[in-house]
Amino acid sequence: MLTNQVIQQKLTEKFGEVLTNWQEPYGMLTFTAPKELNLKVLQFLYDDSELNFTFLTDLQAVHYPDNKGAEFAVVYHLHNWKDNVRIRFKVYADIQNPDVFSATALYQSANFMERETYDFFGINFIGHPNLIRILNVEEMDYFPLRKEFPLEDQTRIDKDDEMFGR
Amino acid sequence: MNDHILLPEGSIEKQTTTLNLGPTHPATHGVFQNILELDGERIMKATSTVGYIHRAFEKIAERRTLFQITPLTDRLNYCSSPINNMGWHLTCEKLLGVTTPKRVDYLRVIIMELARIADHLICNSIVGVDSGAYSGFLYVMQFRELIYEIYEEVCGSRLTTNIGRIGGFERNFTNAAFEKLEKFLDDKTGYPAQLKEFENLFTRNRIFMERTIGCGPITGERAMNYGFTGPNLRAAGIDYDVRVHSPYSSYEDFEFTVPVGTTGDCYDRFLVRNEEMWQSLHIIRQAYQKVQEFKGADAEVFHADVPAYYLPEKKDVYTKMEALIYHFKIIMGETEMPAGEVYHSVEGANGELGYYLISDGGRTPYRLHFRRPCFIYYQAYPELIKGGMLSDAVITMSSLNLIAGELDA
Repeated sequence: MLTNQVIQQKLTEKFGEVLTNWQEPYGMLTFTAPKELNLKVLQFLYDDSELNFTFLTDLQAVHYPDNKGAEFAVVYHLHNWKDNVRIRFKVYADIQNPDVFSATALYQSANFMERETYDFFGINFIGHPNLIRILNVEEMDYFPLRKEFPLEDQTRIDKDDEMFGR
Repeated sequence: MNDHILLPEGSIEKQTTTLNLGPTHPATHGVFQNILELDGERIMKATSTVGYIHRAFEKIAERRTLFQITPLTDRLNYCSSPINNMGWHLTCEKLLGVTTPKRVDYLRVIIMELARIADHLICNSIVGVDSGAYSGFLYVMQFRELIYEIYEEVCGSRLTTNIGRIGGFERNFTNAAFEKLEKFLDDKTGYPAQLKEFENLFTRNRIFMERTIGCGPITGERAMNYGFTGPNLRAAGIDYDVRVHSPYSSYEDFEFTVPVGTTGDCYDRFLVRNEEMWQSLHIIRQAYQKVQEFKGADAEVFHADVPAYYLPEKKDVYTKMEALIYHFKIIMGETEMPAGEVYHSVEGANGELGYYLISDGGRTPYRLHFRRPCFIYYQAYPELIKGGMLSDAVITMSSLNLIAGELDA
């Protein structure tokens, strides 16, 4: 039986104290890795005969503008189908230099997910075969899901829009 | 002479033809663009472009309260909106720590399985249409109408349903809703008879079999690496189903089998979806029976007790102080939710539909991400159609059940 304690123990044995911030929100084991190690952690979780995290469920980013020096969290959700365990792990990147290694060599599914993350947050996935915008137009020169772009104030009155009557 | 025609460099000498399939093409059933490199009629290379109906739901959700996000989820996979709605409610309930009564769970299961049938029947009959058999589509379409009438009876709308609330349903199911459900489930005149007829038309039809067997195949291993989930993955031989692996909404109380295929081609996907419809019917019957077992006051339960998120009854709002306060706070979006991060997934019609919600303790989500199954498995499309004929590309696309709304969020 693969429990969160076993996973934590195996990972700590392999990587030592660099993996931090162990939590279990709503039962899902969550931890943080240094961003240089993200591929090593993914590969270890994939290859280890006991861990078997071979399915990348989801990959996206979160922007924390107040977290200076580590504004972006790239979040991986992994799933072990054999023992039916999910884990989540995060790497933090600086907004000035948002380089994170791409997981596309390990998971084909990371291709679109990383493109989407790049599209909305501007995270530069090193080693991605085709890192271009995916959902937004190519001419866009900013990354819309960053927190510095607030949604339009619904109460604004300076805009004269005949079509929508504001 | 032909000075006015400007051809790109090297286009005369090129041995292949470039063809734009989409964005608006009658054979793609949605806004999909694929730039195909063709050698005669064989596809050498395909490049997909997505994002034509991107509506920035994740950004919009960042300043909406929980119940205002439900209508956004409708518009993901609009062929089975109730599953998206329920998935969202379940995510919120997980964050808030709400447990729902069994009756609510069973009613939700009925609605979700109806939605799965509505989705699969569209997909399978469209595979028929794309292979040249139109009548099957018309046969089953009238039963989608019946499903929509049930939705209408429960929540008032048909396509983008916005069904249910955090904690349950907005009102109890009426007798008319159950009557319509019985009409739908009737063995002689209802959907089972029609589905049987539909299967008779297609399953062992030689033309259909030759058209779909070996068309757009994928191995289980590749499918897993590409992030496939749902019927498309099961057609490739992996029996992963969220309803079984991480049961939600009391799915553990039901008996059903998870059909799997072997080759992951169009024919297997078709068979898996057909069998899933039978299983869904089986689940609905069980759930309906369980619902009928509730008597007296238990039969009136249709929501959990979550006053801070569940809108109180209007007559209480006018007469009771507490109900008035909650009503005001909910409508004005002044309820602070607990801080936390939660990932919850449900088995959508296309696969694992996940919601990743981060709350910082404010009134709106700090970040919300939808894991849309379509978006993730669409990346395999160029590989699936490579080396096949152009007409196979069309039928592969419809058998993957790509929904533009889910693809682009």
